[in-house]
Amino acid sequence: MLELKDICFERQGKKILDHINLVLEESKFYVITGPNGSGKSTLAKIIMGIEKPDTGKIIFNGEDITEKTIDERAKLGIGFAFQQPVQFKGITVYDLLKLATSKEISKHEACDILSKVGLCALEYVDREVNKSLSGGELKRIEIASVMARKPYLAIFDEPEAGIDLWSFQNLTEVFKEIQATSSKTTLVISHQERILNIADEIILMNSGTIQKIGQKEEVFDHIFKPKKCCKEVSTR
Amino acid sequence: MNKEDKELLSEIIEDDPTKADSYNIRKNGKGIDRKVNPNIDIVPKEENSGIDVYVKEDTLFGTVNIPVIITESGLKDVVYNDFHIGKNANIIIVAGCGITNNGHKDARHDGIHRFYLEEGARVKYIERHCGLGVGDGKKVLNPVTEIYMKKGSYMVMDTTQIKGVDDTNRVTKAALDSDATLVITEKILTSNDQVAKTEFEVELNGENASTHVTSRSVATDDSYQEFISNITGNTKCYAHVECDAIIKGNGKVKAIPEIYAKNIDANLIHEAAIGKIAGEQLMKLMSLGLSEKEAEEVIINGFLK
Repeated sequence: MLELKDICFERQGKKILDHINLVLEESKFYVITGPNGSGKSTLAKIIMGIEKPDTGKIIFNGEDITEKTIDERAKLGIGFAFQQPVQFKGITVYDLLKLATSKEISKHEACDILSKVGLCALEYVDREVNKSLSGGELKRIEIASVMARKPYLAIFDEPEAGIDLWSFQNLTEVFKEIQATSSKTTLVISHQERILNIADEIILMNSGTIQKIGQKEEVFDHIFKPKKCCKEVSTR
Repeated sequence: MNKEDKELLSEIIEDDPTKADSYNIRKNGKGIDRKVNPNIDIVPKEENSGIDVYVKEDTLFGTVNIPVIITESGLKDVVYNDFHIGKNANIIIVAGCGITNNGHKDARHDGIHRFYLEEGARVKYIERHCGLGVGDGKKVLNPVTEIYMKKGSYMVMDTTQIKGVDDTNRVTKAALDSDATLVITEKILTSNDQVAKTEFEVELNGENASTHVTSRSVATDDSYQEFISNITGNTKCYAHVECDAIIKGNGKVKAIPEIYAKNIDANLIHEAAIGKIAGEQLMKLMSLGLSEKEAEEVIINGFLK
C-alpha cells in the first residue's frame, strides 16, 4: 500500500536518508527503531509530506504522491501523530476532534474517541489544547486526533517521548488494541521494547539506511550479534 | 428602526436587544427606544449627551443592553454613560457600537463609560464594536472606560472589535479597593491600513485587589496595533497581564508593558508574545485535511474566540 523508492534526503552536507527503499503492506503493524539521528523521524515526515525528499518517489495505493501537499496526503488517508504535540490557544479538544473527523460529531462521540486513549473524556472535551494540559495528556489527545480520522496509514512519531512511565503503560495498551483490531496499516517510531513486542515487523534504521526488516527475533539478533570491531578491540 | 438598523444591531448583540430586562438604543446621537424596570433605571442626561444607569442594591440578576448605531456619514457622536451598581447587585451589561458608513465623510463614536461598583457588586460588561459600509469615509471608534471598584466587588470586561473599524483609540482606567477583582479580555482584529491603539491603566489600591488583563490581537495586511498597559500595585495585590498577538502580511504590533510595584507584597506579572502563526500549527491542521488557508482561519478564529 505504501512504497518508498530510492528516497534520499541531505541537509548541511549530511546524508539523513540514504537511498531508502521500503514497502509497507496493508493491515500490518510496523515499528521503526534505531539510534537517535538514524533518520526515523525524517522518514516519517517524508511520508506525511512535512519534508520533501531530494530524490526518490513515494507511491501510496498505486498513486505517486511525491509532489502532494500535507493536506492532499491527509485526504488520501495518511495520518500523522507529531512527536511534540502542537498546542493551540482557543482551540478545544472537542474542536480538534471535529476537525480530525471532518464532521460535526457530538460531544458524546468525541468522548468515545478520547476514551480509546484512556482519557476520562468529560473532563477533557472542553479544555483548550494548550500548556494547561500535561505532556501525557497532550500526547494522548494527539494520538486520538489521528485515530479519529481512521486513516489507511497511521504514523506515530515516538509516542513515548516526553511522557511519564504510567502514561506510557496505558499507551502501550492503546497500541495493542490498534494492532489487534485495526484493518489498516500502522507505522510507529519507537525505542520501547513494549511497542517492539507487538510489531508484525520491525524496521531497523542506522545512519540514514534500513539495516534490517523482520520479526523481533531476527532484528534483535542483528542488533546484538557481536560486531567485528569489538572483537578486534578485545583481542588486542 | 429599519431592516438595516436591525442588521447592524445584530452585529453587536446576537439576540434581540429589546428582549433584555432593560435597554436603551441610541441611533445617530439620539436615544430612540428605552425600557426600565423596578430594579434597573435608565435616566437620560441633558441634551442627549448620554444616560445614567442605576441598578438597585441586592438586585439578584438582570441584563441591560445599551447598543449604539450610527448610519450617518460625517456624524461625530460623543456619549457619556454612567453605571451606578448598588451594593451586592449582580448585572450583565451589553454595550457596543456599530457604524455603517456608506458616505465619504468620517463617522465617529466616542463612548465614555464610567462604572461605579459599590461593595460586593458583580458586573459582566460585554462590548462589541464593528464597522460596515462601502463608503470611503472612515469608521472611527474611541471608547473610554473608567471603572471604580469598592471593597469585594467583581467585574469582568469582555471587549471585541473584529471588523471594519478604521481607527480606534481605546482607553481603560480602573481603581480597585480591597478584595476587588477585575478581569479584562480584549480581542482586536485589524486589516487593510486600520490602526488600533489600546491602553490599560489599573491602580490596585486595596489589599488583595487583583486584576487579570488578557489581550489577544491579530494584525493583518498593513494594519498597526499598539498595546500599552500600566499596572500599579500600591499594596498587597496581584496582577497578571498577558498580551498575545499574531501578525500576518505587513501587520505590525507594538506592546509596551509597564508594571510598577510600590509595595513589597505586590505581585505583578506581565507576559507578551508577538509572532506569526507557528508552522507546526499549520502543519498539524493540514495533516487533518485542512488546506493552508483553512488552517490559518481556524487558528485565528480560535485565538480570537
